Amino acid sequence: MDLDTSRRAFLQAAAAGLGIAVIRVAPATATPAAMDEAVRKVVGASKVSKGRVTLELPPLSENGNTVPLTVSVESPMTQAEHVRAIHIFTELNPQPDVVSFRLGPRAGRARVSTRIRLANTQTVTAIGELSDGSFWSTSAAVVVTLAACLEDA
Amino acid sequence: MSARTARLLTTPALLLLATTAPAGEIPTAERRSGYELMGRETRAMQDDDTANPGMLGVLEGEAAWARKTGAAGRACADCHGDARASMKGVAARYPAFDAALKRPVDLEQRINVCRTDRQQAPALAYESRELLALTAFVARQSRGVPIDIAVDARTQPFLDAGRATFYRRQGQLHLACNQCHDENWGKRLAGNPIPQAHPTGYPVYRLEWQSLGSLQRRLRGCLTGIRAEPYEYGAPELVDLELFLMWRARGMSIESPAVRP
Amino acid sequence: MANALVNVPPRARRGEIIEIKTLISHPMETGYRRSQLGATIPRDIIRLFVCTYNGTEVFRAELHPAIAANPFIVFSTVATESGTLAFQWTGDNGFSATESAAITVD
Repeated sequence: MDLDTSRRAFLQAAAAGLGIAVIRVAPATATPAAMDEAVRKVVGASKVSKGRVTLELPPLSENGNTVPLTVSVESPMTQAEHVRAIHIFTELNPQPDVVSFRLGPRAGRARVSTRIRLANTQTVTAIGELSDGSFWSTSAAVVVTLAACLEDA
Repeated sequence: MSARTARLLTTPALLLLATTAPAGEIPTAERRSGYELMGRETRAMQDDDTANPGMLGVLEGEAAWARKTGAAGRACADCHGDARASMKGVAARYPAFDAALKRPVDLEQRINVCRTDRQQAPALAYESRELLALTAFVARQSRGVPIDIAVDARTQPFLDAGRATFYRRQGQLHLACNQCHDENWGKRLAGNPIPQAHPTGYPVYRLEWQSLGSLQRRLRGCLTGIRAEPYEYGAPELVDLELFLMWRARGMSIESPAVRP
Repeated sequence: MANALVNVPPRARRGEIIEIKTLISHPMETGYRRSQLGATIPRDIIRLFVCTYNGTEVFRAELHPAIAANPFIVFSTVATESGTLAFQWTGDNGFSATESAAITVD
């Protein structure tokens, strides 16, 4: 997958040496403001508190195409008190939403793993939505490196 | 090598300035699979067969193995039975000499020879999903088996041709494979560690490709990277280089399907 | 040609929390890539993954293009009774794939 960032275009040009660069159009990247709006769509007017959510991401990713992620939320996961959903957002991908997991007391444990794409070195944010209507969040920064020699398909 | 020279050598364009160092093979004790240069999370992806994306290809290959095909209406299984037994060790000794073609062939080519000769089916295109799946399935049966390439009067000339390619400067960047992979392995190129280039895990699920791919695809990618005209799929130059690389990795274990960045 | 790999423990104790791993073959085309001629390659992704346990939904994931190709999702559920865990993936261009696994709960 070619994540068309200006950094990739630069690296290609550098690798080309003699300036035979493939000009790639950089897509609109999301901004932290776009991410805030995406978060607002999920939480509404509610306050988002820091804590209770843990994001496990490699601090340095070898390839932004596939970054393993595990998110967990502290919760007894009973009918009375459980995690309803976990939402993942990024601030610099072309769009801010990554995935929403819908859980419930039958999950037993609020812990989900997946693999995401990161277009750039950036911060990933996870928001846990609890059964009492409260929202909790955490963030983690990932440095994303690109493949050194890019293939012309 | 001084620290200054090491810094100069960290970008391909500046490798032009490097003096031609003696062709130093990596001592056997220092040989490392690219697996060891990967981060913890990427290694974990490879280690778990229930999480390794290359295993999706292996599963498809397993289905293809049992499927009757071609004018002969034969499945691989009809001649070869249970692949776990019959294919064990096979990937570890390819490329291997083909008497009819009078030259070594790689595993993909060998599968196609079977398809055309035994199944009377059309050959599968290089890098096609089905060929990758079958190759991945066959290679998976050799996981853990040490690479063992037969070197004899028949294969020697091809091995030598492959070795010559490995040590020959090519492309606009005028680089030889050994300059990165013998002399600068472990150092970083644009943020990523340079491996020793042992093809222990092919077909490999490369995160950059987001799919399985063959050693030939990787070699063509490298050639493109040094701005050389890549040889066509199936070209003798590529197979000779595959033969040399596998021989260079002799004794190392097959990891297929490996995961690499 | 969907191809899925699902890992469910074949047996569990009642009340035990079991981990389920799922992996499905799909390119997850983002819709942001361009072809060699400059045309945008249209989006083609899995949008929804649902797991049901003897017919009751126990887990759901709503996916966006930022989920890596060949989506891998690991989640947990409580082993409540013997039966079938069913998995369904749906997405763009009418994509639909299902898989199931039996579990014995003592």
